[in-house]
Amino acid sequence: MTDWFGPEEWQAVRLSLRVALVATLATLPVAYGLAHLLARRDFVGKSALNIAVHLPLVLPPVVTGYGLLLLFGPTAPLGRALEAIGLPLAFRWTGAALAAGIMALPLMVRAMRLAIETVDARLEAAAATLGAPPARVFVTITLPLAAPGVLAGAVLGFAKAIGEFGATITFVSNIPGETRTLPSAVYTFLQVPGGDASALRLAAVAVAIAALALVLSEVWAARALRKVRGQ
Amino acid sequence: MTLAVDITRRLGAFDLAIRFEAPPGVTAVFGRSGAGKTSLVNAVAGLLRPDRGRIALHGRVLFDATTGVDLPAHRRRIGYVFQDGRLFPHLSVRRNLLYGAPPAADPGALARVAALLDISDLLNRAPAGLSGGEKQRVAIGRALLSEPQMLLMDEPLASLDADRKSVILPYLERLRDETGLPIFYVSHAIEEVARLANTVVILEGGAVGAAGPATEVFADPANVRRLGLRDAGAVLAARVVEHHSDGLSELETSGARLILPRVDAPVGSALRVRIAARDVILATAAPTGLSALNVLPVTVVEIRSGAGPGAVVQLKNGIDLLIARVTKRSVEALGLRPGDAVFAVIKSVSVARADVGGAGAPKTVPAGAKT
Repeated sequence: MTDWFGPEEWQAVRLSLRVALVATLATLPVAYGLAHLLARRDFVGKSALNIAVHLPLVLPPVVTGYGLLLLFGPTAPLGRALEAIGLPLAFRWTGAALAAGIMALPLMVRAMRLAIETVDARLEAAAATLGAPPARVFVTITLPLAAPGVLAGAVLGFAKAIGEFGATITFVSNIPGETRTLPSAVYTFLQVPGGDASALRLAAVAVAIAALALVLSEVWAARALRKVRGQ
Repeated sequence: MTLAVDITRRLGAFDLAIRFEAPPGVTAVFGRSGAGKTSLVNAVAGLLRPDRGRIALHGRVLFDATTGVDLPAHRRRIGYVFQDGRLFPHLSVRRNLLYGAPPAADPGALARVAALLDISDLLNRAPAGLSGGEKQRVAIGRALLSEPQMLLMDEPLASLDADRKSVILPYLERLRDETGLPIFYVSHAIEEVARLANTVVILEGGAVGAAGPATEVFADPANVRRLGLRDAGAVLAARVVEHHSDGLSELETSGARLILPRVDAPVGSALRVRIAARDVILATAAPTGLSALNVLPVTVVEIRSGAGPGAVVQLKNGIDLLIARVTKRSVEALGLRPGDAVFAVIKSVSVARADVGGAGAPKTVPAGAKT
């Protein structure tokens, strides 16, 4: 396999999987929290929060990446502070994960919000009357019933994260082995003479990963749905 | 007092202002839709916060606006059986039943409750596959197993058809008689209330229209309009004396014997019989040549004329009160006056099977309790 798949290509694939996985896992609780706020709470500034969450979906990715650079760049105060506590972001794979997570956030929040809205709040009230404190209601009722949507949101977020290009290349550039993810690698191979074959192979890998993610999400969602419906 | 409620709450354009005290046993909250029944139950359960007032159960304060006490629902220890069951769809019947059971609960409790409600065979099933009646029984069992200090039932039978209702009512009677748990039962179905409750609270437009022992509330002519002209009727305590071979049963009340269509209860058992006011005919002399089997000597206690052509006459037989709906014209023609001795005529077949229920008084009203 290594015959036709060079070390550079492997590196890009491995990096992309790592970046997307970390981005998805780190964004998951944030997205769920935001989805819960938007689905179940009424507060001042709710529409502002809703707009802010959705901005990465509608802004040009380059603008989002530039924004991240302004906030977390090597000279920005926030970036420096994070670097001081051992979490440098600019031009690092961690920054790529942040960019991917930000871009995936709106998709995850949308899917999860719908899922939480479909959970019957009357079941949560019933659980409370049975003596379950709020944390137990969340773990035993809300989360299991929202699981299909949460899972679908996570897979959607993962797919978005693995394909993220614009914000990533703007924020953390295109450094081999550090920030050259699969899309950046395809882009790079297309820029050099004789790189077409590599680009094509990476494209095939991208298709395979995306298809696998979709199949997995369908299977999981169907299984979770059967459980929720009690079948 | 088991439950003491004195609350107000504004709900849109509607004001809820409810005050009553419920003794041990089954307290039924009766009222038309929109009278505030569900809001009252939700306030007791901790799902609706009153604006002002106080709620106490067995002397334990659940809510007190002046001292700022507002126990959250999960700490009130009140089992709530909802109209729509609300079983958790992703959990088996067994896990639904055990959801609220304390970790230190008696392991045999599940089996006992399942046997009481006849759901032992359903434990491994999913809620989605249960019939409406089975779901309600599981919901009742789930509330029971959470070891509540009181059971709230919000129209638990409303979503069921008449056949299923008649199947579940005996379970509720068993529950009342075997657990001794105070039950707060919301309904707009008078037969259910008459069969189960020893105390009745009638809600009207968000306030208490009448409250008191069931026999008194049902036999008060002033409540006839509140209960609905068609449905109003007194409840009599009776005991089965004999089952006759022609399909009739003979029951004994405090002052008379009643012949009714066969009741499903052994000789000697205590029952409550509801006799609708519209099914009682009055006669000034003992009638002869009459098909009706029940002719009770009674004394007129009170006559209350309505706005229309009708009047309600309250009658006493032994220690039991009855009410009869007649026309004002008949009251005049017979010259009825309080204190008159007359005869109340009741057709046996007018007392439906749904009007006869187990009395269960001994366990619901502990000795010394005021009802």
